[in-house]
Amino acid sequence: MKKKLYQLAHCRAGDKGDTLILSLFPYDERDYTLLCEHVTAEKVKHHLQGIVQGDVIRYELPNIAGLQFVCREALLGGVTTSLALDTHGKSLSYALLEMEIEA
Amino acid sequence: MLRIGSGAGFSGDRIEPAVLLAERGELDYLVLECLAERTIALAQKRKLHNPEEGYDPLLERRFRRLLPILGEKRFRIVTNMGAANPVAAAERIVQIAEELRCPVKVAAVTGDEVTDRIDLEQEVLESGCPIRSYAPIISANAYLGADALLPALESGADIIVTGRVADPSLFLAPMMHHYQWRQDDLERVAQGTVVGHLLECAGQLTGGYFADPGVKDVPQLADLGFPYADIDQAGRATISKLEGTGGVITLATAKEQLLYEVTDPMAYHTPDVIADFSTVQLRQVAPNRIEVFGARGSARPSMLKVSIGYQAGFLGEAEISYAGGNASGRAELAGEIVRQRLQQEIEAIRIDCIGSTSTHRKSFTPEVVPYEVRMRAAAIAPTAELAARIGEEVEALYTNGPAGGGGVRKSVNEVIGIVSTMIPRQNTATRLTIRELSI
Repeated sequence: MKKKLYQLAHCRAGDKGDTLILSLFPYDERDYTLLCEHVTAEKVKHHLQGIVQGDVIRYELPNIAGLQFVCREALLGGVTTSLALDTHGKSLSYALLEMEIEA
Repeated sequence: MLRIGSGAGFSGDRIEPAVLLAERGELDYLVLECLAERTIALAQKRKLHNPEEGYDPLLERRFRRLLPILGEKRFRIVTNMGAANPVAAAERIVQIAEELRCPVKVAAVTGDEVTDRIDLEQEVLESGCPIRSYAPIISANAYLGADALLPALESGADIIVTGRVADPSLFLAPMMHHYQWRQDDLERVAQGTVVGHLLECAGQLTGGYFADPGVKDVPQLADLGFPYADIDQAGRATISKLEGTGGVITLATAKEQLLYEVTDPMAYHTPDVIADFSTVQLRQVAPNRIEVFGARGSARPSMLKVSIGYQAGFLGEAEISYAGGNASGRAELAGEIVRQRLQQEIEAIRIDCIGSTSTHRKSFTPEVVPYEVRMRAAAIAPTAELAARIGEEVEALYTNGPAGGGGVRKSVNEVIGIVSTMIPRQNTATRLTIRELSI
């Protein structure tokens, strides 16, 4: 059955220059392996196409049951000179949570 | 046990939670982190206009509230509210103390400004272009570490005011000073850095920027309290907030903050240490009480990061609303008209339809018809006059555009760009200036 990440996990977005940083945590830590399996860097890059132009790197943090996605070239130049409405890309946490996985 | 409270997470942060912490927190230190990447460049501009300025705009309001409490309780304040001018900030604090009849000793730490020490031929990290291509450069500030603050802490000052210091270092310095941790005691320095990183955004650890009603509920968010940490000799910390304040501290709020803005969790670079977050353990020990331990670290980097602020032109922005039947169609037409009318003058103009795709540049849900849509046009232009053309053309839509547009707002703002470079640690030198008021 397909589920949106929104139903399983929470996320916060941060920025460093033109890099978007998304952390993802399951509400139930037992779902961590499920997220590791389904929310790969490739799938996140595909899901955020049109937003993320550069590489997506995934870091696994089993100690806190969290995944970190570092997405390059994602913020139209970054907070100071971007023409976007949300120059930090802070709202993009909820874009990741729109992703659907088999769960 | 050493107790450090977090009284501000950004320049414009709320003042009340810091006042509560100061009054009731039984703190040893209150740290106020008030300097974002571009805030310092803006402060440098204010200092250029007036050499007495260049410190945090809320400094006066914050210290009017905090100084009387400081006179009563025995805690010290560490803050980067000095921004581009820590010495002027110290002098202003002493002036306010004089008015309020509060004796105080303030130490200003300078030395982060390296504008005349950077090599303009060096490439910036973001683009690979030489620094000189970002002219006119306004400022260059190096991220100093905890070591820059230690002499100020040893001076016995009640208030330590700095400019650009890495955020976690503001918290680590009191720990290193209090427990006499050595720079090469990597586990303690890394652990102190993690605690500092958790605290540096203040309310973001206690449920701020977390709530999603019905899914992630946060009690009493309107009265959000800020966090404090009790740190032991080994660097193990318990993080909590004041009884009766709003917000919540859970594993979920702590996890979100632990990874916030971290580009490599296995190698988090600060001027003090390269910290590894993959060994950090978080444990909920009581309601609103989290224990944090287990950070590892390797030796501090030999180069310091430098933020360079440059003049990037002027941002012109304007908006107009359409509502009712075919609101989207009329808003899109309005945007297209503005683009056509300006394309000869302004190359890259951004048009957004607020209400459908403006925030994420696309929609992740199937198309719904919005009742109202706000068209936004924006561009960066080399002059303020040219940037103002955006607003002129959007306003002209009233009588020269689609039917039923209303609520035009327009603005022109100077844009300060930020790029980064590195500088050898030994090319910076920190200095201490003491200002004192005894009554």
